[in-house]
Amino acid sequence: MPATAPGGVGQLRGEEPFPAAARRALADAQLRRNLGHATATIRAKSGAVIAEVPDWEQLRAAGSAIKADVLARLPELLEQLEARVTAAGGVVHWAADANEANRIVTDLVRATGSDRVIKVKSMATQEIGLNEALEAAGIIPVETDLAELIVQLGDDRPSHILVPAIHRNRAEIREIFLRAMPGVDRALTDEPADLAAAARRFLRQTFLSTSVAVSGANFAVAETGTLAVVESEGNGRMCLTLPETLITVMGVEKVVPTWRDLEVFLQLLPRASTGERMNPYTSMWTGVTPGDGPQAFHLVLLDNGRSAVLADGVGRQALHCIRCSACLNVCPVYERTGGHAYGSVYPGPIGAVLSPQLTGVADNASLPYASSLCGACYDACPVKINIPELLVHLRDQVPHPRGESVAMAAAAYTMDHPALFAAAQRAARLSRLAGRRGRGLPPPLSGWTAGRDLPEPPVETFREWWAKR
Amino acid sequence: MRIALFVTCLADTMFPEAAKATVRLLERLGHEVVFPAGQTCCGQMHINTGYQARAVPLVRRHVRTFDPYDVIVAPSGSCVGSVRHQHALVARRGGDERLASRAESVAGRTYELSELLVDVLGVTDVAAYFPHRVTYHPTCHSLRSLRVGDRPLRLLRAVRGLELVELPAAEQCCGFGGTFAVKNADTSIAMLADKMRHVLSTGADVCTAGDASCLMHIGGGLSRLRTGVRTVHLAEILASTEQGGSPGERGELVVRT
Repeated sequence: MPATAPGGVGQLRGEEPFPAAARRALADAQLRRNLGHATATIRAKSGAVIAEVPDWEQLRAAGSAIKADVLARLPELLEQLEARVTAAGGVVHWAADANEANRIVTDLVRATGSDRVIKVKSMATQEIGLNEALEAAGIIPVETDLAELIVQLGDDRPSHILVPAIHRNRAEIREIFLRAMPGVDRALTDEPADLAAAARRFLRQTFLSTSVAVSGANFAVAETGTLAVVESEGNGRMCLTLPETLITVMGVEKVVPTWRDLEVFLQLLPRASTGERMNPYTSMWTGVTPGDGPQAFHLVLLDNGRSAVLADGVGRQALHCIRCSACLNVCPVYERTGGHAYGSVYPGPIGAVLSPQLTGVADNASLPYASSLCGACYDACPVKINIPELLVHLRDQVPHPRGESVAMAAAAYTMDHPALFAAAQRAARLSRLAGRRGRGLPPPLSGWTAGRDLPEPPVETFREWWAKR
Repeated sequence: MRIALFVTCLADTMFPEAAKATVRLLERLGHEVVFPAGQTCCGQMHINTGYQARAVPLVRRHVRTFDPYDVIVAPSGSCVGSVRHQHALVARRGGDERLASRAESVAGRTYELSELLVDVLGVTDVAAYFPHRVTYHPTCHSLRSLRVGDRPLRLLRAVRGLELVELPAAEQCCGFGGTFAVKNADTSIAMLADKMRHVLSTGADVCTAGDASCLMHIGGGLSRLRTGVRTVHLAEILASTEQGGSPGERGELVVRT
């Protein structure tokens, strides 16, 4: 069995189980308002532009089929990618896990002599805790995506894959900028245009004075060794073109076989994620081009538990994920609990299946249960990841509490013996009397009576009624 | 037509009126209903809580019980969804390929009530009478696992005296989710609170659905708030006529304050 992602580094594990973290989030009325408003807005936008595409279902099927093909021949495609990137003047590094990836990137930055890097928004580097590793080595990472910058300046954690600061409103953002942004104008208002202008002034200085950039990748094309980043703000393009050195950290599942395959994903991704017909910036680069753009390019291919996910025939479909976050925006659990409750940089439904697989389910045992299995995520997923099926699959691997195991075994035995089952039904009816005295069910069932009344068992079960007919 | 009733353990134990109404309705439409002995539970609770191996005997029992029948009906989208999408998987995972293929065969003959009525029996007007303002909650498994679509709404629109009012944000989960309601009680109740707010905003005096489980959850919440709004299973509405047979001795709710 391949290794899972190591503990003690990066951000894939929460400090407490989901129900406990969720309880705190549920009590935060401001957070629930921010989230409810933001997810409803994205849902509506996305729904409208998806409805414009007559072949959306075929596109989803194509996206899913391409990803399944990629996973079926991943080693071959990665070797092809490595050969093409190398031939184009890039250097490829293989990182088995977060520690190795952080070491590789830190060493590469040190070798340039720079003590600062500019960053393109990247889930892979969040996952491995690269910023923390760079800071420990005396290198300052500066996030250039506006929302990531808000999170970084606020000494906060991202709570959404696409909208990392979704849990913040503009008044909170103004306060963060006033507190932490170097050289900020003290007359800053909380108008979005004013806030964006402040960030732009700060970032321009940083772009023009930093010689190393770190990015992730949305896609890598094996046939040509081309990397691609899609984004909305243009900060990514600045990072990908201005610096002398570019280091890209990419999860191994991001490879696609050919340029033709991009056609499918460049339609699926923006409509499913930001609700745009096309994302404003699509940047692609192949190795280095003398005299144009970065003159040194490094590609770090990150495993960090992905081989373990790949080894699970059912679970591997989580690696189809193109990080669009559509599942977060439709999830009733995410909408009410927010991203931090999931304890990982991958929140929401996809996080509930991806994080436990990357870390091993024992380290994230509460996440597969952080869903009512309503299925909205499966319908929304542009690459058709059957998240409810995966959740149920992972629940089967979770180490179960002993009391629950015993109760489940007893229930299964009873249900496999109809006479016993009928006796249990009669016993439930006897609890009518007990129920009148009681103030709710005992633990672990007390959660039910905390907010709902329990119906009383009827005087006669259906099978008793039928027998008398 | 001879139709086997898969009552479901929850309806059998807690909501027999929904199952009795299913019988009354189908007999009124001229069909023979049989209740195969030996049926207990489809095993969905075990499967969805992470005990698939424990569910294998329950899947075997279910398949053995219902295999002899050509048409099987259940007043539950959720349990039909489990039969249709989980039984064969669980059997296959348990290493029993023969059981898996028999499960697929039984699943192909199993229908949720609105599917049976509209697709198999070809009726949308079941000559029911239910003079109430009603709102319909689609339930996630009927909506997304079975894709029953507007079948229940077509049936409800044909009910005499019934005023159907649209439920805002109808497609959002009510927060039940089986053991989710207990394991993540706080989140479940937060979801329920929004569902109840939407139900109350319709001014309906009855909230209906095709799943007793979701209705138990929503009804439990409405009862706690003493709203006076009742939850009634779709089968009970469809079984009601001017001659009687309207929802009667349903389990009252125990109010704990």
